[in-house]
This record gives sequence, C-alpha cells and structure tokens, in this order.
Amino acid sequence: MKTELPAIQVDILLVGAGPAGLAAAIAAKKAGVDSLIVLEREDNAGGILRQCIHNGFGLHRFKEELTGPEYAQRDIDTANEMEIDVRTGVTVLSVTKDKVVTAISKKYGLQIFQAKAVVLAMGCRERPRGALAIPGTRCAGIYSAGTAQKFVNLEGYMPGRTCVILGSGDIGLIMARRMTLQGAKVLACVELMPFSSGLNRNIVQCLHDYNIPLYLSHTVTDIRGKERVTGVTVSQVDENRRPIPGTEIEFECDTLLLSVGLIPENELTIGAGVEMSPATSGAVVDDHLQTNIPGIFACGNVLHVHDLVDFVSNESFKAGQAAADFVQGKQANGRVIPVKDGAGVRGAVPQQIRLEKGAEHENVDVMFRPDRVYQNPYVVVKADGKPIFSQKKMIMAPGEMANITLNAKQLAACEDAETIEVSISMEKPVLA
Amino acid sequence: MKGMGIMYDAIIIGAGVVGCAVAQQMAKYGGKLLVVDRMEDVADGASKANSGIVHAGFDAHPGTEKARLNVKGSKMYGALARELGVPYGQPGALVLGFSEEDRETLKKLLAQAEANEVEGCRIVERDEILAMEPNTNPEVVCALYAPTSGLVSPYEMTCALADSAAENGAEFSLANPVLEIKPTADGNWLVITERDEYKARAIVNCAGIGSGVLHNMISTRKVKMIARRGEYYLLDHMADIPFTMTMFQCPTKMGKGVLVSPTTHGNILLGPTADDIDNGYDVATTRKGLDTVMDKVRLTWPKVNLRQVITTFSGIRAHEENGDFIIGKVEGAPAGAYEAVGVESPGLSAAPAIGQELGDEVAAFLGLEKKADWKKPTPLPRSFRNMTDAEREEAYKKDPEYGVLVCRCEQVTEAEIRAAIRRPVGARSIDGVKRRTRAGMGRCQGGFCSPRVMEILCEELGVSPLEITKCGGESKLLVGTLHQIAKEARPDEN
Repeated sequence: MKTELPAIQVDILLVGAGPAGLAAAIAAKKAGVDSLIVLEREDNAGGILRQCIHNGFGLHRFKEELTGPEYAQRDIDTANEMEIDVRTGVTVLSVTKDKVVTAISKKYGLQIFQAKAVVLAMGCRERPRGALAIPGTRCAGIYSAGTAQKFVNLEGYMPGRTCVILGSGDIGLIMARRMTLQGAKVLACVELMPFSSGLNRNIVQCLHDYNIPLYLSHTVTDIRGKERVTGVTVSQVDENRRPIPGTEIEFECDTLLLSVGLIPENELTIGAGVEMSPATSGAVVDDHLQTNIPGIFACGNVLHVHDLVDFVSNESFKAGQAAADFVQGKQANGRVIPVKDGAGVRGAVPQQIRLEKGAEHENVDVMFRPDRVYQNPYVVVKADGKPIFSQKKMIMAPGEMANITLNAKQLAACEDAETIEVSISMEKPVLA
Repeated sequence: MKGMGIMYDAIIIGAGVVGCAVAQQMAKYGGKLLVVDRMEDVADGASKANSGIVHAGFDAHPGTEKARLNVKGSKMYGALARELGVPYGQPGALVLGFSEEDRETLKKLLAQAEANEVEGCRIVERDEILAMEPNTNPEVVCALYAPTSGLVSPYEMTCALADSAAENGAEFSLANPVLEIKPTADGNWLVITERDEYKARAIVNCAGIGSGVLHNMISTRKVKMIARRGEYYLLDHMADIPFTMTMFQCPTKMGKGVLVSPTTHGNILLGPTADDIDNGYDVATTRKGLDTVMDKVRLTWPKVNLRQVITTFSGIRAHEENGDFIIGKVEGAPAGAYEAVGVESPGLSAAPAIGQELGDEVAAFLGLEKKADWKKPTPLPRSFRNMTDAEREEAYKKDPEYGVLVCRCEQVTEAEIRAAIRRPVGARSIDGVKRRTRAGMGRCQGGFCSPRVMEILCEELGVSPLEITKCGGESKLLVGTLHQIAKEARPDEN
C-alpha cells in the first residue's frame, strides 16, 4: 500500500545538520541555490560537536581554538543568517536513486521529498563491544566513549568511578581526560595496535599530562562482573594481534569505555544503491564528491572518517558547491579515472577523478591513511605506473589522515591514464 | 510478610517461556495465580538466549517426552504466534552431511522423523542443497530437509505470553528469588522468597536451571541438573540474507555441530557450543567458546565474515542427567506439586504444548472451570520498521510519537518504547525495552539510543536516571551526578 502524500519539491536536500551538512548547505546557498532543506534527526543542529566540549577545533579553518559547540555554532549562525531551512527532529527513513527522500518527525509526520540533488552527511557511529567479540559477561558499565561523553557532557551524569579505556581513538583519549577531571580514576588506556589511532596531541594532553598509562599491543581479553563491571583482564598481543598467555594484567574497575573505531553510517546510502568502498566503508565518490548516482553527493564522516572537523567542513563546502553546480546544470564533464590504493595506502578519497582533456583543471585533494607508521616516506602518485607526483613526509601514522594536493599540471599528466595510483614509498621516485 | 495472608490457587515459579506458557493457559481458568521469578524481567534466563528455533521434531528419540511435546508444540506455533502477534516463520531446515558416513546418520534422523510423525522430511542431494542455499559449503554431500522447521523470537514470545496471563489476572512478582518451597500441615504449599512468603494450593516448578534444586526440596525421587552453556555470535542483518533456512550440521563422532540460522528479524545466528559448567547462572562468553563456534561454522559457511558480528552472548540449557523432560505431577512429593524440569532444547518448541498440558492438569487438580470472560490476547502491533509508508502515516496520526525515531539501527520509535513500558508486564530496564522493541539490538548496540531510552524509562516510571538499570539489580547505568562524583574525589573543594 503506497502513501498518497504529495512529494515536496526541493532543489537540494541535505541529510544531517552536523558540520558536514551545514557546510554543504552554506556552500550551496552561496552558489545561488535557494531551494534547499537540511533534515536533522536530533532536536538540535551541530551533530556530534554538541557533546565535544573540549577545545582544539577550528585551528585550520578559523585559525583559533574553539570548543565543539562553538565551532558548530558558527555554522549554525551562518545558516540562520542565510535563512537556510534547517529542520530538526526529522529522521530520514530512505533515499532512492531517483532522489525521493522519505522522512518522519513528530512535527510534520511522514513526508516525501523529491529532490534534484541529495547531499548525504549522516556522520559516523562507534564500533560497539559486540563487534569486537570481547569475551566475558554482558553486565552494565560497558560504554562506547561517545555514549559516555554524552552522559557526562550533555546529561550531567557520571557513567563510572574507575575505568579502563580500550582503544586509543581520539574520543577515548578525550574521555580519559574528561573522566579524570570529573573525579573518576582512569587506570589504563589499552591499544591493540603497536601505535595509537588517535592524534599525537591528544596522547600528550589527555594521557601523559594525567599520568594515565598507555598499553600498546594490548587488548581486553575478559570482562568480569555479574550486574555491573567489577574488573577486566588485559593481555599483551603478538604481531598477529593474538593474546599472549601469561601476560594477563588484572584491573579492578566499574567501567570499560570503548574507543575502537568509527564506522560511517551508510544505511541510507546503501539503500539508495550507491556504490560503496570496502576500504572506507563510505561511498565511492569522484573529485566533486558525487557518488555513482548522478546528483547524490556524500561528505564528512559518512564518506570517510576524518580526524579534524576543519577538514570535514572543507570537504563539505566542495560537496555543497558541486550539488549546486549539478542542479544549475554546470556539472563537470570528462572521463572518470579511478584512483587506486597502492602500497601502504588505505582508503584514498576521492576514488575517481573526472578529467576533461585539455580543460583547465582545478586542484584535487586526495586524502587517505597509511597502513602503519612510516618515518621519512614519500607519497607517490602514478598515472598508469609513471610517477607524476611525489611529496616527502616527516612521519605518517594511521591515526592521522594524510592529504596531498594534485595541481593542474599534475592532473594534465593524468588525462590519458587508465588508472591513478597513490602509494607510500621509502625511495624517492623519479618523476616522469 | 505481606503475602502471608493471601492464598493463591497456584504459584508458578519461573517466568521463562515455559512458566509463562503455563501461566497463560492457567489464566484461562478462574484461579488466583502468581508467577515469581528471580530476575527483574520475564524471559531473563534460557528463554532470552537460545537459538530461537521451532524444531520440526526429527532430533528427539521416538517415545520420549521431548519427541512428543516437540512435535505437538511446533504444530501449535503458527496459530499461537499469530494470536499473540509474535514474529514467527517456517523457513525449513537442512541438516548437512559431508560424507557417506554422515548419510547413514541422516537416514537414521529421517527414520526418527517418520517415527515422530514429522511431516515432509526427505534426503536431498548436493545440487538441490546448493540451489536452495547457494552459500552452503560446496563440499556438502547430502542433507536432511525438514520443511516444517520454524523460527520464533523467544523473548518476544515469552513477553507476549506473560502479558496475556497478566491481562487475565495473573500476578507477577519479579526480582524475587524463591528460597524454599515446602508442603504445609493443612495440605497446601508454602513458597518462601527473598521478599515474602506465599501460600498456594498448588505450585508449578518451571524454574529452568533452578528447577532441580526446587524439585529435590520436595521429592523423594532426586534429579540431577547439569548446566550446559552455549555461546553464540549474532550477525547484523544484511541486504542479501546469506541463508533463508536453518542450517544444522550432522552430528558426528567429533560431536554435535553448530547451526547457522536466520532469526525472525533477519539477523544471522551462529552457535551454540555445549559446555557443562558448575555455575548455572554464569552466562559469560569465552574466547575458546567463541573460537569453537567460528571454526565449526566454516564447515557450513566457508565465507562467514567476522565484520558482520554485532554481538556475542551465551545461554544455559537445563539438562537433566537422564536426558528427557520431566513434566507433570512431581513424583515422590505431596499432592499439588507440578513441574517442568530438564526443559532444554527443544524446550522452546515444546513450550506451547507443555503450557497447555500442564496448565490443564493443574487446573483440573484445582477443580477450576474455564472462564467465560477470558480476554483473548491483544496481538502486538506491527513494528514501525515493518510498516508500509501508509501504515506509518496512520500510526503517526494516532500517536505523533511514532514520528520520533529513537533507535536508528532498528528504526524503533518513541511511541513503541513507551508502549513497551506500559504493557501488562512492562519493561523496567534498558534490556527490557530492548527485548520488547529491539531498541539497542542493532549494529550500534545501543550506543546512540540508550541515553534516550533511559530518559523515557525515567519519564514513564517516575524515577531518576540514577535508578535505571541495564537488567535489574545493581546493573545501574550511572554512578552519580557530576557534582556527586567530583565531591567524592575532592571532598575539600566546593
């Protein structure tokens, strides 16, 4: 039984009013699109920044240190000034390849939108304990770091008194400091890999400054407690990430916080039939952030998990501009050339670059993560195997997203290529 | 001792699927009923952590209570699940054989199926198996096909049975462990619990893993319960479900295999192990157990992907030494004592039959007549997730809280969460809401929705967030306000 609801016509519909959705909306409006609607499932715009009350946001974009809510507020204020239609408390239920968007809310009920372009900006979610299959009991006191952050920063409640943190992702590190400042004891931060997945500045400012030990190459191998956590066992792991018997360390704690990875939230994307990348768990996009479905764009953490919101905003401005170009009939032409992950590279975005032969090429940023820590490596881009770009880096680590920019000349050298490959090399390549 | 003055017709000990099925049946008669359980919610033992299979009945030895009640129970499921509005399906099952030796075992199972009067079973060959279930290990040789094998959501079933019993007057006293049962001088029964004492003309022991201790308190014929723990993996629902049927493995000298099965909600369940343990309430998972499941699953499904795992859990089966169900009047005990002891697999399948037979038997002992004004169960409404757009519009018009999505992963609305708390035997904890609505059952495992579910529980129950538990008792989610904890840490500061 189909609904009889008339579809609401809109040029650009944006899903999510976090930093990505807001930036894309602002860029699209600036580019001259007036008919746009941003749908946000929470009761407030701002996304996850609302609960990130620590500072350190905006250094790249605003050249100053802001808290998460302050950073978000700037975009919210801009959107308000530009009279952008941001609707909160609205959950998008589905997006189709024809850009029909179904949403529901307490205020408007069920609504169907027919958009000319859709920008997907749903953000990401945390990996839960269950996904790691950590053995032990399933009692209270096990939270993802972000859930704990919500309890503390938005609700004003403490989820525990004594905690161990599994995973050294940025939210986990931030919560180690936050819980300590609030009177809890953080006994350890435990990381499976031989390196942290968080930003170096957070390791220093959130662990070292508070004497919280970081156990690299360790993991939680048992959780005890009948009703509430009473302790966890931590074991060292070998090079294959298997626990080494005899290395167990017992911690008595009432809480285990997990910061074990973020996963782009792509249910709507998959539902629309958008081609996905196994490397990023996000959509496959071209250099205009357009997916394989013309007129559907993706940006921010739903596309690939960023470290810094500044880069989310930057990427999303481009997506908003591209969506505006699309509805105004100004979309890019040219041939699509796939961008492949070469040695040492994981999840290069965009996965495709569209190049029109002989045209004036705009710079293209390519972002990716190295597969491990590298000292003094070169990032190399090859067109059909011929190096056309190389850049020396001091240090590269999986915890910090790498970013390179291909200029007009370098892109011109790719015009006839079948593939472009990004790799990490310890040898300086000879450019073609 | 407020209960002392009250005389019940019957007290049912245990609010699992069997206890609730007995209670639902008995509530069709006019008696005064009490259901007591040690946990804070119904279905909080084996009934919440099992395979959710309604077995066709080829597995149990002909002539046993298990075989008889399994086949009878599984035939009752379709109608009962419809009446209660509980998710149920009958996709069929395959028991996979990988050698000619296995074929002999499967032939024995087929003969057993025929003896137990299970309909439609036959041996199928490799090509047919791969046509039915293309993700099966291509090394499969043959299989027993059982078209009547079914699936049910066991905790939703139990909750619905409890609601129906409660709507017809049965009282529930949860989080109230029974410490002792004994006959009284006047020919009745005394049930001593942690909170109270109750008298009844009859008692029905449906206490699962705890049923052996209770049995031995009152009977001269002792039983021996063995706690058999089974560990499971649960996978996310996927766009293309890899198996539509329940895939068993042929039992071999190497042991009983594990199953790969869809659930009624489109997830995939892998497991269980079978380890006898000392503490019958220890439902921890272990590295060894989980690794065993994964190793064995690969025989059925070589391409199983751990990235799809959303949770792991374990459950306890109440195995009686002699291996059969013990159902009916307690042998070697005074009159008025009834029991369902040793109800391990296929206990879920048999539960409707056990409930009906035992309920009728106890009612007959009590001399009760069927009530004329018995209220038929109110079928659970279709979940928002399974509604069409038009149904969603209708639901929203009746209750605008259908417009508020609380659980993103499973698309559960605020209206449904409030309704779960307001049910006759309503949710009182995060897990209680989860079992009734699926909020928190999805891939983020409550990461996003649990703070909001907590708030709704507070509003509905009129309590502080500091009182809200994951699953009753001391399983509180929060330890204090920011101010309280900071004050504890630094008592000298303001």
